[in-house]
This record gives sequence, structure tokens and C-alpha cells, in this order.
Amino acid sequence: MSAALVPLAFLMGLVTYPFRAIPLLAPGFERLPERAKLYLRLVGPSVLAALAAVNTMVGKSEDGAPAFRIGWEWLAVALCIAIVGWRRNLLVGLVVAAGSIALLRATGVAPLP
Amino acid sequence: MAAHVAEAPGTFSLAASRRRLLLDSLGIMVSASGFGLVYGLSARAAGFSPLEAGAMSLLVFAGASQFVAVGYVVGGLSWLGIVLLTAFLNARHMLYSAALAPYLVGTPRVQRAAMAHVLTDEAFALAIAHFRRIGRADVRGYWLGAILSTFIPWNVATLVGVTIGGSIPDPSRFGLDVIFPAAMGGLAVGLITGRRELVAAVVGAVVGVAVGLAWDPAAGIIAGGLVGPVVGMAARPSAADPGHEHAIPYFPQRAEHAHDDPEAGLP
Repeated sequence: MSAALVPLAFLMGLVTYPFRAIPLLAPGFERLPERAKLYLRLVGPSVLAALAAVNTMVGKSEDGAPAFRIGWEWLAVALCIAIVGWRRNLLVGLVVAAGSIALLRATGVAPLP
Repeated sequence: MAAHVAEAPGTFSLAASRRRLLLDSLGIMVSASGFGLVYGLSARAAGFSPLEAGAMSLLVFAGASQFVAVGYVVGGLSWLGIVLLTAFLNARHMLYSAALAPYLVGTPRVQRAAMAHVLTDEAFALAIAHFRRIGRADVRGYWLGAILSTFIPWNVATLVGVTIGGSIPDPSRFGLDVIFPAAMGGLAVGLITGRRELVAAVVGAVVGVAVGLAWDPAAGIIAGGLVGPVVGMAARPSAADPGHEHAIPYFPQRAEHAHDDPEAGLP
């Protein structure tokens, strides 16, 4: 069994780890000014919303460049968000989102990605 | 509005919040398994051995960069190029780490160093929601969410995909590809407790898409995560905002209380 790419995996892990670890290990976070704490508090909703939006709306064109994506996936993600906002239940939201898009694809209404 | 009151920071008991964490983890577990399978299949098609694909999932543990690495290994890009691209794609993890850091100041450094390795999009989303519900850190809850929802499913599914191969049906037929963005959106909604969070989320999404289209999706996520809070801070706080004088306190308790205390908050 080949292990030729294991060193590459190690190097990729090595460059990823500092991004994950440095703020967690840096001293003095308990002494941050209130403005900085407020900023960090808002990172959560901001970056999660960016992740959701980018993964739903940004696709790739045939030449590999980023392209605006319009599709039924929007509806599935919006359904999940609405259910979480209404019922505060992520699991139900995810089941409805995946179930609805699977149904639309099975019936040929929505194309497979 | 009642739902927002129920989600106010620091108002959940530890047990109740861990139950929510486990339920939230279930959906993400399915998503991680589906994408792990696809990654394993892609790695197999690219000629990776199970050892190589497994090492990548174990040591890198970052889906997007692993998928990209498979593509670039096939394309013959140099290792230096792949490593630099990995750094670029995973730079957003610094935001997650910084946002969790104030909660974890009382946690032993060695433990924080270990926690950092499993800090993914999913682990961050689950942890920040859990910490905010209880108003402090819960190290066991962090491990529970990160390991159960993502680390184990991703690594097991990678090995299944790279070993079993083509006999696995395409996960997108079951709608598993929408679970990740839906989960991130749903968990973002759970963090919106006031006008500032709402503004930060909307601006983060808009900036993320705009920069993602103009340049690169990974850059879009970083830009959205950086700019959203700036605009959110400029917004006038609503009565429900944690910074407002009548609001329920948000910020994590001081360092001496920020460590894992499994009994605290239990009924």
C-alpha cells in the first residue's frame, strides 16, 4: 500500500494547525477590550451566515470560475432556516431540507448537482 | 419573539444545552458521513491508497482543502502549491479560534492545543451555539460535538469510500449536499439574539457571496466573517442585544469559572 502522499498530508496538517490554534493558545484573551469582545461575539453569526450563503449561491462555471448559482437548493436551505427560526429544531430543519431536495431530484424537478 | 427569549445567552442549563447539542450533531453527522464518502471515492479515483486518504482525513481534517488536494495531486501541482492553497483555504479557522478563545481562557493549554486540531466549520458552529446557550465554556460539550458530529464520521466514511469505492450511491441523490449549508444557516439563526447579530449575519452573507463571486469562495467566507462584525458593531443595539443595559448578560464567565464543570447548570 502506497504511503507516498502521507508526508503531503502531514505538511497540509502542519500549515492548517496554526490557524486553528494560535488564538486559542495566545495569552491575554481574558483582558481584551470590550470592543474586541463585541467583535468576536459577532464573528459567529457572521461567518456561519457567510458559509451558508457561499455554499448555496456560489458555484462554478464550466471554465472553473466562480459563478452565481440559482437553484432549488436555495429553497431547501431557506426551509431549514425558517424551521430553525420557528421551532428552534435544527435536526427537523435538516431532515426537511434534505428530504425536500431529494424528492425534487427524484421527480426530476431539480437536477442533480 | 418568544423563541428569541428562549435562546437568550446563558439561559440554558448544561444538561438541556447538551441535549440540544446532541440533536444538532445528528444532522451534521449525516452530512459529514456523506461528504466523507465522496472524499474517499474521489481519493480512490485519484489513485490514493487507503493509508494516504486516511492520513489526510486524520492529519488535515478539513474537507474543502482535502477535496482540492485530490484534484491538484491528479493535476500534477507541486506539493508547495498544494500546501499554500491549503493554508489559504483554512485561514478562516483563525476566526473560529479567536471567537472561541474568550470562553476557553480557563482551560488547560494542553487541552486547548488538542481542541484546536478538531476545530472545523461544524465544530465551531456547534460549540459557539452551545457555549452561548449556557453562557460559558463546556469542554466536554466541545469534544462531544466535534468528535461525534464530524471527526469520527468523516474519518470512518473516508475509509469506507476509499476501500469500497463505486458501489456507494451518490449522496447528492439523497439531498445530503444541502445539509452543510442548511446546518450553517440554521446554527447562525440560533446565534441571532439581537439587531447587531442580525446585521452581522446579513452583511456576512452578502459580503461572502460578493467576494466569493468576484474572487474565490474561500476568500468570500473569510471576508464575510471579517466585515460582518464590523457593520454589526456599528448598528444601534436593540433591547434584546446582549450589550444592551436591559439584556441578559452574554459574555462568558471569568477564567476561574470558564473550565469544564459537568455539574454546573444541571438541574
